[in-house]
Amino acid sequence: MQADLTQRIAAHPKYQELKSKRSSFGWVLTIAMLVVYYGFILLVAFDKELLATRIGEGVTTWGMPIGLAVIIFTIVITAIYVRRANKEFDQLSDDINREVLQ
Amino acid sequence: MRTSSKLVLATAAICGGTFATVALAAGGDLGQAEKQATNWTAIGMFGVFVLFTLWITKWAASRTKSAADFYTAGGGITGFQNGLAIAGDYMSAASFLGISAAVMATGFDGLIYSIGFLVGWPVVTFLLAERLRNLGKFTFADVAAFRFAQTPVRVFAASGTLVVVAFYLIAQMVGAGQLIKLLFGLDYMVAVLLVGVLMMVYVLFGGMTATTWVQIIKAIMLLGGATFMAFMVMAEFGFSPEAMFAKSVQIKTDLAAQSGKSPEEAAKIGFSIMGPGGFVKDPISAISFGMALMFGTAGLPHILMRFFTVPNAKEARKSVLWATTWIGYFYVLTFIIGFGAIVFVLTNPGFLDAQGGLIGGSNMAAVHLANAVGGNIFLGFISAVAFATILAVVAGLTLSGASAVSHDLYDTVFKKGTADSASVLRVSRITTVGLGIVAVLLGIAFEKQNIAFMVSLAFAIAASANFPVLLMSVLWKGCTTRGAVIGGFLGLISSVALTVVSPAVWEATLGNPKGSAWFPYTSPALFSMTIGFVGIWLFSILDNSKRAEQDKAGFLAQQVRSETGIGAAAASSH
Repeated sequence: MQADLTQRIAAHPKYQELKSKRSSFGWVLTIAMLVVYYGFILLVAFDKELLATRIGEGVTTWGMPIGLAVIIFTIVITAIYVRRANKEFDQLSDDINREVLQ
Repeated sequence: MRTSSKLVLATAAICGGTFATVALAAGGDLGQAEKQATNWTAIGMFGVFVLFTLWITKWAASRTKSAADFYTAGGGITGFQNGLAIAGDYMSAASFLGISAAVMATGFDGLIYSIGFLVGWPVVTFLLAERLRNLGKFTFADVAAFRFAQTPVRVFAASGTLVVVAFYLIAQMVGAGQLIKLLFGLDYMVAVLLVGVLMMVYVLFGGMTATTWVQIIKAIMLLGGATFMAFMVMAEFGFSPEAMFAKSVQIKTDLAAQSGKSPEEAAKIGFSIMGPGGFVKDPISAISFGMALMFGTAGLPHILMRFFTVPNAKEARKSVLWATTWIGYFYVLTFIIGFGAIVFVLTNPGFLDAQGGLIGGSNMAAVHLANAVGGNIFLGFISAVAFATILAVVAGLTLSGASAVSHDLYDTVFKKGTADSASVLRVSRITTVGLGIVAVLLGIAFEKQNIAFMVSLAFAIAASANFPVLLMSVLWKGCTTRGAVIGGFLGLISSVALTVVSPAVWEATLGNPKGSAWFPYTSPALFSMTIGFVGIWLFSILDNSKRAEQDKAGFLAQQVRSETGIGAAAASSH
């Protein structure tokens, strides 16, 4: 890519917007995923009793819905990012593309 | 009485043996297996799969003309298709058989284990997927070396790729040999040669197009078969998880009581499948192993190369979302299948051998369950799918190894980017044959070895060498050529070295006395990843060379392209 094109894109306000929005959104979600997963692992390491506690009358323990919830959380958090990126972030880069390359 | 004592022995053998192996294997090892009677139904079904995939390879070959076709299927794979292919790369035979066996043996611990394999995907999505697509062309080295001096970074990336591919390949080849004895009743050597030859045919003639479609077909067959099994199990309990858990706990309790435990102890053992057990021994091992799985996913070369097969960043994101969804769904299925095996397999003397173990070994849980819920034809189908899975994964691994050699080393390092498409293709094909032969030889050499550590080692190396270099080069302006190469090699060497002195290799494989391992934890990732990242940071900030200035000056252009994709269209040259 030519240097002047790079400069023009980098100076574009929408580029700054795209960069900061995507970066903060990406890191927030990454940290959320780390907290959920390592929270789960630390629970397994330090509080086995809680996960092995029965929910009600039956044998089903809290560990089962919590484990399933971690799986569902993983899929949902990915979907949240992809949804926003495919709409908002791609719209911004299309705008930049159009306005800078015209 | 005879039946019940058999059951007890079976359970004891499974509980004692399997989980330790499976946990260390990271889903990669099937252990030693007994050869079974020849299963013609399974062989026939596998034959149909092979004929179909060869027909696809013929079609793919007519479309594989340029190097871009060979490496990236011309960039024409959709997000949905690529998602299935990525899921296919990830759902190995060992994760299907190993995780369902682990759930049968230990219940909840099997779930903890499978979750570890899933949680890396969001990280790949948020930090890497679209940037990879915007910056790269054929290999992850294109991204890691984007603004750096090409030769040293490419040499590092090719080393990282080949080492990861080698360990993963050994695990798959040995797994194939053990599986064929179990599932088809054929010799170990037959499996190793069959996998070697078929994989070479797919990759040589069909390149990425054939490799991707073989993977997609296999993923659909595996998901379909596992869905049917889980459905049949749940139908038995009126789709009530509580009913399934209650029956499983009761069976485990009865088995423990029959082995002479007091009623209280038996009840405790039976209920233990509903909560965490011995999987997480010490928190450091747990976190370290979790890091290897989480970040290793983001550094596996055969997974990363799949992001170059889609046309743009939007499809790259869609493909990770589909992959995450299918893989998550698959782990829910294997969990149900594991509990189904407690109910249908552990209580059926027909699935137990004279010594009281599961016929064919503990990893046969899902295979016997297939027989129990679907009869002999379905057993044949699941056996064929399990073997097809190894074949497809091996083809993907070989292709990523071949692109590292031909694109990174031959084209970029030796020819300085001047090689024409035809000669690059020729080198790729020669490398494919070479890797095929090496894979067969390694498969033979490691037949009797304990290879439980191989896949977790591959993940640890990917997390400690490939991932830090990739992440730092893309996100940190101050990263320089020298920092990336030295830090990357430190991560690579420390992860291999710490694995060698860990109990899994030092004691289990090299036969040193128990307790003599210098490094006490299951996985080196916590330490070797830190070494990798600190190495990159330290040698970058100490780097005052002229090259370092150039590296930093190149960051803006790299960032603009990685964020917007402007200029990336040319990357896939179609």
